[in-house]
Amino acid sequence: MSANYAPLDNRAVHSQVIKLKTEKVNLYYGNFQALRNISLDISKQSITAIIGPSGCGKSSFLRLFNRMNDLIVGARVNGAVAIDDINIYGQDIDVVELRKRVGMVFQKPNPFPMSIFDNVAFGPRRHGRTKRGELEGIVERSLHQAALWDEVKDKLGESALALSGGQQQRLCIARVLAVEPEVILMDEPCSALDPIATLKIEDLMRSLSDDYTIVIVTHNMQQAARVSDMAAFLMMERDRAGILVEYGPTSQLFTNPKDKRTEDYITGRFG
Amino acid sequence: MSVQTIARRELTQRTAFGLLVLATAIVAIPVLFLIIYIVVNGAGAISWEFLTQPPSQAGKAGGIFPAIVGTFYLMLGTLILSLPVGVLAGIYLTEYARDNWLTRLINMAILNLAGVPSIVYGLFGLGLFVMAMHFGMSLLSASLTLACQALAMTITTSREAIIAVPREYREGSLAIGATKWQTIRHVVLPQALPGIITGTVLAMSRAAGETAPILVVGAAFILPGLPSSPFDQFMALPYHLYTAAAHVPGMPKANIWGIALVLLVVVLSFNSLAVFIRVRVRRRRFGS
Repeated sequence: MSANYAPLDNRAVHSQVIKLKTEKVNLYYGNFQALRNISLDISKQSITAIIGPSGCGKSSFLRLFNRMNDLIVGARVNGAVAIDDINIYGQDIDVVELRKRVGMVFQKPNPFPMSIFDNVAFGPRRHGRTKRGELEGIVERSLHQAALWDEVKDKLGESALALSGGQQQRLCIARVLAVEPEVILMDEPCSALDPIATLKIEDLMRSLSDDYTIVIVTHNMQQAARVSDMAAFLMMERDRAGILVEYGPTSQLFTNPKDKRTEDYITGRFG
Repeated sequence: MSVQTIARRELTQRTAFGLLVLATAIVAIPVLFLIIYIVVNGAGAISWEFLTQPPSQAGKAGGIFPAIVGTFYLMLGTLILSLPVGVLAGIYLTEYARDNWLTRLINMAILNLAGVPSIVYGLFGLGLFVMAMHFGMSLLSASLTLACQALAMTITTSREAIIAVPREYREGSLAIGATKWQTIRHVVLPQALPGIITGTVLAMSRAAGETAPILVVGAAFILPGLPSSPFDQFMALPYHLYTAAAHVPGMPKANIWGIALVLLVVVLSFNSLAVFIRVRVRRRRFGS
């Protein structure tokens, strides 16, 4: 392997529990290999940023953890991806159950074309919680957690599509929080937002990391530096397969990268 | 830029604009003329009696009430028989069927079904429903025949409406642990509904106007009363119009135009209903 990180340093922050783990993961789309031999550990209640140039497989890597790659015809995974040490690509894994535990926020805010209330209540309702009073509690709590409650509490019945982009994205976060996940995956959640909305989401991520394990893919290196505890740098090999070049504490990766390629990337020499 | 060039561009601009207006007029004027002509000639025949009485003297007197009701029954029967199957098939073909040669063959067959001449559907209905299945010349046979014809359109529009639902919505739903069916039921279908309704109603109003297929599977020119069961024969506006215009000597012209006017009103009001439902669904969806 060309990645020459030191395996011991990889194993995250010592005192913490490992929440997510990939071990020698390869991902293929048909004949095309999208990810090659990626191993890393992500500790509980931390924020891990995945950075790297376009097309290096950051999003594909993120989508390993909730098996969203399954939706793509011809996608194949080998190696292990584990949550709490249970391989989620194992035989008796219920993908629907998995996705309740591992929520996802997308690049483009994607609230459903229904009311704000119905958006947040969508997940709980699908999971069989239909009592109005109970749902009201869940919706209020989730919107509070997503720092959106004060802005929308008087218009829960109005269309979610009338909200601003930043509000829509926080609504999508609330929608994920409503199903009480353990892990939240964020795929460039701020790339469609203005700087102020971006800062709000970043603040929110920091406060959520007290309770949740967050993995964020971002193009924005300042964002990765501002918000994450750990950072992983992915890039493409000659055959366009993504590899993990370096993984370590964010402060170290950005100020004192071990790999020349990481240094070149974060100093803006390519990518 | 010289003055001449500017003048020439201005001229080109005006010519293009003129052509566009002309083309639109060529389309719109005959339609307007047709509607006005039918209204002017047919309005005289419309009376309370014409709309509420059965025909007498081979349609030369009396009204067309059974034909109006028959057409509504026919549309209702076609709707009930084709909509659920069409939507479910559309869901299956877009969401579940694997993309292989069989699916592609089925899709191609459905597209081609829409192009089959309607009299062929009539003969098919005669062979299958009237004779082989012993439903006889009846409302049921006619509804089934028209449903077969409408299916091509219902499936195609359902598929298109379902495909048009953005992938982001499906992913958003699946990503919070909704099952595939829940995603279809609560996210995809509500989004696709206006498109499905539009397609269905257009298929229905087309069915309402069909003459050839029902000719051979159960439409009657004159019946004294309304059909009392799906196994009865029935009157229908287009067939009544055809027979009145072509086969009844001494038929008052006003009556013929009167029937045409009623048929037109039925079809157009169904189309308006479609627009109305669509607007309401959309408004509710965007939650105001």
